[in-house]
Amino acid sequence: MSAVMKEPMQTIERPVPRSQRGPAPARVTVTYGMWLFLLSDIVMFAAFFAAFVVLRDHTAGGPSGRALFDRHDVLIETACLLFSSFSCALQGIGVEYRNKIVTYTAAAVTLLLGAAFMVLELSEFTRMIGEGAGPGRSAFLSGFFALVGLHGLHVACGMFWLVVMLAQVATLGFSPKVVRRLLCFNLFWHALDIVWVGVFTVVYLGAFT
Amino acid sequence: MLGKLDWSAIPTDQPIPLIAAGIVALFMLGVAVWITKRGWWTYLWKEWITSVDHKRIGVMYVLLALVMLMRGFVDALMMRSQQAIAVGAHQGFLPPEHYNQIFSAHGTIMIFFVGMTFMVGLMNFVVPLQIGARDVAFPTLNSVSFWLTASGVLLLNLSLVIGEFARTGWLVYPPLSELAYSPGVGVDYYLWAIQIAGVGTLLSGINLTATILKMRTVGMGYMRMPIFCWTALTANLLIIAAFPILTATLAMLTLDRYLGFHFFTNDFGGNAMMYINLIWAWGHPEVYILILPAFGVFSEVIATFSGKGIFAYRSMAAAALAICVLSFMVWLHHFFTMGASADVNGFFGVMTMIIAVPTGVKVFNWLWTLYGGSIRFSVPLMWALGFMVTFIIGGMTGVLLAIPPVDFITHNSLFLVAHFHNVIIGGVIFGAYAGYNYWFPKAFGFTLHEGWGRATFWCWLVGFYLAFMPLYLLGLMGATRRMQHYSEAGWQPLMIVALGGALCILAGIGCTIVQLFVSIRTREQRRDLTGDPWDGRSLEWATPSPPPPFNFATPVKVDGLDTFWETKRKGLTAPGLPELPAPSAIEVPERTGTGFFVAFFATGLGFGMVWHIWWMAIASLLGIVAVALKLAWRRVDETEVDGAAVAAFYAAQYATHAQEAA
Repeated sequence: MSAVMKEPMQTIERPVPRSQRGPAPARVTVTYGMWLFLLSDIVMFAAFFAAFVVLRDHTAGGPSGRALFDRHDVLIETACLLFSSFSCALQGIGVEYRNKIVTYTAAAVTLLLGAAFMVLELSEFTRMIGEGAGPGRSAFLSGFFALVGLHGLHVACGMFWLVVMLAQVATLGFSPKVVRRLLCFNLFWHALDIVWVGVFTVVYLGAFT
Repeated sequence: MLGKLDWSAIPTDQPIPLIAAGIVALFMLGVAVWITKRGWWTYLWKEWITSVDHKRIGVMYVLLALVMLMRGFVDALMMRSQQAIAVGAHQGFLPPEHYNQIFSAHGTIMIFFVGMTFMVGLMNFVVPLQIGARDVAFPTLNSVSFWLTASGVLLLNLSLVIGEFARTGWLVYPPLSELAYSPGVGVDYYLWAIQIAGVGTLLSGINLTATILKMRTVGMGYMRMPIFCWTALTANLLIIAAFPILTATLAMLTLDRYLGFHFFTNDFGGNAMMYINLIWAWGHPEVYILILPAFGVFSEVIATFSGKGIFAYRSMAAAALAICVLSFMVWLHHFFTMGASADVNGFFGVMTMIIAVPTGVKVFNWLWTLYGGSIRFSVPLMWALGFMVTFIIGGMTGVLLAIPPVDFITHNSLFLVAHFHNVIIGGVIFGAYAGYNYWFPKAFGFTLHEGWGRATFWCWLVGFYLAFMPLYLLGLMGATRRMQHYSEAGWQPLMIVALGGALCILAGIGCTIVQLFVSIRTREQRRDLTGDPWDGRSLEWATPSPPPPFNFATPVKVDGLDTFWETKRKGLTAPGLPELPAPSAIEVPERTGTGFFVAFFATGLGFGMVWHIWWMAIASLLGIVAVALKLAWRRVDETEVDGAAVAAFYAAQYATHAQEAA
C-alpha cells in the first residue's frame, strides 16, 4: 500500500474504490454473513407478523387480546429483555478488552434476565391455556402463540448459544474464532430485542387500541 | 415405539412404486458393490462426502439434480401416458389417488430438486472461480447446505415406498392439505422434506451472497464482475428474502397439522387464502431464483461463443437487479381468480407486464452481443439460441396470462401448464444444460462429446414443442390441469401428440446419459490441457482444469471487465498458461463430516416427525446439536498445501502443456 503511495503520480490521485480492495478480513465476512442471516430471520418474523395481523380479529367467538393480555407482566418482560441487551453490550466491551470477569458477569446478567423473560412468557402461556385460550381455540390465538412463541424459541436458543460461548471462552480463551462468534451472538441478541419491540407494539399494545 | 408406522405403510397393493423402488434399490446396490470392488469408499469419503471444496460440492449438487431429473421425468412420462389413454370408457393405468401423488411429486421434484439444485450447483462451482476467490465465505456451511438438500431428496424418495406422498399439488394448498382432508402422511413428507431442504437453500443463499460481496479478488469492483456473478448475486438475495417466507408458511401449516392450530383451517377463523398469498410471496421470487442464474449462464455462453464482450454490460446488471426487486411485486397474478377487487388485480397485472421489460432488455442485449460476433456453434450456444426462441414464446403467453380477464378463462387450464413449462424448460433446463456443457471441462479437465450434446439438444427442443404446444391448444379448448381422466374424446389426438413429445424428451435424456458415458470413455482424446477450451473471458478459465483445491496459487489482480480475455489479446501470457507462482504454502479449509452428519440426523428428525416417532425426532435433534458442538470445538480449521505440492502441481501442468505443444 505504502509503496503505491510513494510512486510519483502523473494523474490525479484517487483512492482505490472500496469495492476493488480485495477480499474482506474474516471478522467482516463472518459478521456480514450473520447480518444476512438476521435479515432472513426478520423476514420470517415478518411472515408471522403478517399472519397475526390478518388473523387478529378472527377470534371465532373466543377471547380477544384485550381480555387476555396482562400489560403489567408484559411491561416487566419488555424491561427484562431491554436490560439484557444492555448487559449484552457490556459483555461485548468485556470481550473487546479480553476481560473474562466482565464477560462472565455481564453474560450471567444476560442469562438471568433472559430466564426471567422466559419464565414470564411461559407463565403467560400456561395461564392462557389453562383458561381455555390455547392456540387451538381460534385463529387469532394460533397467530399469537406462533408469533410470540417463535420469539421465545429464539430467546431460548440464544441463551443456549450464550452458555456454549461461555464454555468456549473458558476452554479456548479469546481466540479470534471465539471472539467472532461472540460478536455474532451480540448481533443476534440485539436483533431479538428489535423483534420484541415489534411484538410488544403490534401484539400487546395493538390489542388495546 | 414406532408411532404411526406399521407394515401397512408399504404400498403392497400398488405395483408401480414398488417396482420403481426395487429398480432404484438394485441400482444403488450395484453402485455400492462396484465402489466396494474398486475400493473407492475411503476416497469417496475423504474427497467428496466430507469435502468442503466449493467445486466438489457444486459437482455433487449437479449430480443430484441430474438423478432427480430422471425421477421427475418418469413422473412426467406416466402423466402423459395416462392422459393419452384415459378418455371416455378407459380409465388408464393410474388410479386417481396415485395420479394425484405423481403430479404433486413431479412439481416438487422438478422445482426444488432439479431446477434449484442444478442452479445452486452451478453457482457454487463457478462463482468463487469467477471472482478469483479461494473458496466460498463459509465452506463448512456450504457442505451442510448440500447435505440438507440431499436429506430432503432422501425423505421425498422414501415416501415412494414407506407411506405415500402428498396428493395436493406441489404447493399443498389448504384446506385440502389440512389434517381434515389429508389425514395421511403424504403432506407431512412434503412439509419436512421441503423444510429441511429449504433451510439448506437459505444457508447456501447467505453463503453465496457473502461470498460475492466480501470475497472478490483485488480490483474486482462490482462493475467488473462477470454477468453470471451479477445474476447469482440477485438470485441469492432473492433466496435470503424469499425462503424465510416459505419456512414460515410451511411452519404454520405444520402447526395446523400437528398441534391443532387454525391458521388455514375452514373453522375457528382460519384463512386458507392467507396461505395462497404467503406461499406465492415466496413462490414468485422462486421463479426468478431459478431463471436468473440461467440468464447468467446464457450471458457467459453468448459472450464467449461470439468472441465479444457482453453488449451493454451495465444495463444487463441493472436488468437483473430490477427483476430482483420487481419479482416481489407480482405474486398475486398466481390467483387473480381469488376474488380481489378489479383495482388489485389490475395493479398486479400491470406489474407483471412491467417485469417483462427488464427481461426484454436482456434478450436484446444477447441479440446484440451475437450481432457482428465471430460465432462458434458449439453445444452451449445451441442451448442459448434454443432458449431465446423458446423463452420468448413462453414470456409472451405469460404476458397474456397477466391480463386478469384472460386469466379468468385460462386459470388452472393446460394453457397455464404449457406456459410455465415453456419458461421453465426453455429457460431453466436449457440454461442448466448450457452451463453443464460449458463448465464440464473446467470441472473435469475434458470436454463433453459434441455430437451427443447436439443430439440431446435437438431431442429436447423438438420434444418440448411437441409436448407443450398441444397443451396450449387443449387449455384453450377447456382442458384443466391435473386430470386423471376426461370424457372429451376430441382432446385425445393432441394428448397423444404430447405423449410423443415426452418420448422425444426421453430420447434427449437418454442422449445425455450416453454423452456422459462416451465422454468418460474417450476422455484421453478430449483432454483439455489449456484450462481454457472455449477461449473464455472470465477468471475461471485462467486456472488449470480441474482447478487445484486452492483455485489460484497467487491472488489474481483484475483491472477491468474481462481482464483474462484482454490479457490473452495483448499476448501478455500465452493462452491458457497461468503465471508460474512462486512455491509458497497455501491454506485450504479442512474437510469435515459435519454436513453429512447434520443431514443424517435431519433425515431422522424428518422421518420421526412424519411418522410421529417422537423419540426418534428428539434424539435426532440432539444429534444435530452434538454435531454442531463438536464442530465448535474443532482445533484445526485449515490444512496447509505445502509449497512443494503447489509447485509440483504447476510443474505437472506445464509439462503436459509443453508436451502438447511439441
